[in-house]
Amino acid sequence: MNSKELQIFSKKIQMEVYKMIHPLPAGHVGGSLSVADLLAVLYGNQLKYDAKNPNWEERDWVVMSKGHCGPSLYAALALSGFFPMEQLATLNAPKTNLPSHCDRNKTVGIDMCTGSLGQGASTAAGVAMGFKMDGKDNLVHLILGDGEINEGQVWEMALFASTRKLDNLIVYIDYNKFQLDGRTDSDEVCNLGDIREKFEAFGFYAIQADGHDMDAMNKAIDDAKSQKGKPKAIILDTIKGKGFDKVENKVGSHSCGISKEDLDTMLAKLQAEIDQLEVQ
Amino acid sequence: MRVILSNHNGTDVCDMRDAFCDSLIKLAEKNKDIILMDADLMAAMGTKPFLQKFPERTINCGIQEANMIGVACGLSVQGKIPFAHTFAPFATRRACDQIFISGAYNNANVKIIGSDPGITASYNGGTHMPFEDMGIMRIIPTMTVIEPCDIISLTTLLPKIAAHKGMVYMRLVRKDVNRVYGRRSEFEIGKGNKLKSGTDATIIASGYCVAEAINASKILEAEGIKVSVIDMFTWKPIDAELIIEEATKTGAIVTAENHNVVNGLGSAVAEVLVKNKPVPMEMIGVQDEFGEVGPVSYLRERFEMRDVDIAEAVRRVIKRKSEVTQ
Repeated sequence: MNSKELQIFSKKIQMEVYKMIHPLPAGHVGGSLSVADLLAVLYGNQLKYDAKNPNWEERDWVVMSKGHCGPSLYAALALSGFFPMEQLATLNAPKTNLPSHCDRNKTVGIDMCTGSLGQGASTAAGVAMGFKMDGKDNLVHLILGDGEINEGQVWEMALFASTRKLDNLIVYIDYNKFQLDGRTDSDEVCNLGDIREKFEAFGFYAIQADGHDMDAMNKAIDDAKSQKGKPKAIILDTIKGKGFDKVENKVGSHSCGISKEDLDTMLAKLQAEIDQLEVQ
Repeated sequence: MRVILSNHNGTDVCDMRDAFCDSLIKLAEKNKDIILMDADLMAAMGTKPFLQKFPERTINCGIQEANMIGVACGLSVQGKIPFAHTFAPFATRRACDQIFISGAYNNANVKIIGSDPGITASYNGGTHMPFEDMGIMRIIPTMTVIEPCDIISLTTLLPKIAAHKGMVYMRLVRKDVNRVYGRRSEFEIGKGNKLKSGTDATIIASGYCVAEAINASKILEAEGIKVSVIDMFTWKPIDAELIIEEATKTGAIVTAENHNVVNGLGSAVAEVLVKNKPVPMEMIGVQDEFGEVGPVSYLRERFEMRDVDIAEAVRRVIKRKSEVTQ
């Protein structure tokens, strides 16, 4: 996909996120919106997958360690043909295949159960290690939240992955600057400091890119893929609740409801943006 | 199950580490997916021979139990069969959430080996003395929880554990243990082994306490009391059928475990009895206390896990049986 097509793909993901969460009392809106552009780039361009054969042995794996952003990933999977679009309306309904947090035993296209933060880091490294042991070249894409890297387990994994030279592991940090209770780039909760430098110090090839610029992300991922001998970290500067004016860049965007009025407004806004992109 | 008892005399001991490592090497020779993982305790566990034989299939993560379990779960989802070892308290207490979510909830296939169970942590003392590891594992849905008592039960169970699909926790004494079984004894995950058959009461024991239970049965026999002795090496799924059968036959149960009686083997047995065949019951084990330093010979007395303690519990439970009858 070209940049315009990726932008349209991302806006469609965002529309589905609003639609999925609207009937529920609340959902993880902020992080689902900040990561939508990355998911568009991954499923639109960068990943090796076959939606009709989701367990294809040659596929790249995706571990959404910030498992609460399932809604965004479910939208990307449905739009990519992994399962019917109608399933999206079942988010968090009793007996659904689409629970709030990602579950590989329930959802087609989900590679790992996540939800307890930090754990996807190690399971992703385990999968990457397994591919290395078998001499296979599948890539493992691990998506971490910025708040999530408060967890010590992430840094245990970082030591492990660099010791084992897991260059088939690409870690994305959705650096939207917020965790539930405050900013991640200040002393409000747990100051992350320079994340890129930290991953570099842990032995990663670490770069930073604009997480809402499709070309910049494609370039960063291509660059990361070309580097050998080290695991890679791409710190993506993003905006929490991107596009949803009410909560964008605010504490409180982590989990919130979508009213009928919000839904109508946002769907109309995103559709207008898609229409505009399509005529360009 | 065919059970052959060794000529048990309390001095016939065997080293569990060597048996574990040799057995795992044999398994790994046949199955290329078997991997050994550790958290910087390979020298303590005596698994260096595995490393020498299969360097590419040995992953020493360093002192990071949570990551080790997570990596093991990822490896297993990708098709490997990791055996991940560390001391039992770190394997279970410290990595509990990883075992729960990345492991059981994720439907992963990791074999967790926790060494130095209960009083066998000896001079490492209270911080390293797990009286809760089996309980922590037991309350996780789908977990299989096992405690072998000697090298025959360990080496016979190990291939079955490798072949079993799903999360398994096995606690394992590292050093010398009393030999209980003779060769060619049989073991099945989820089934208890009846070592002796009696009529007056049944001792249901596990791990360290099995040898003590056999000695207790001899003490009692001299008094004319005949007890059944069961080695309940699988705590979960527990062999409910055998428990009900014994309760029906002898009408009195004593459990004996190197573990807290809270959420331990006694609890697992009691859960079966209260629903199916309530009979008087006594529980030998740690009465909700922390561990402490000392030689095993001291600790078995301190926590009342000796053959004489088990024998006394049998006398108590038989007395209660007659009170119930009256």
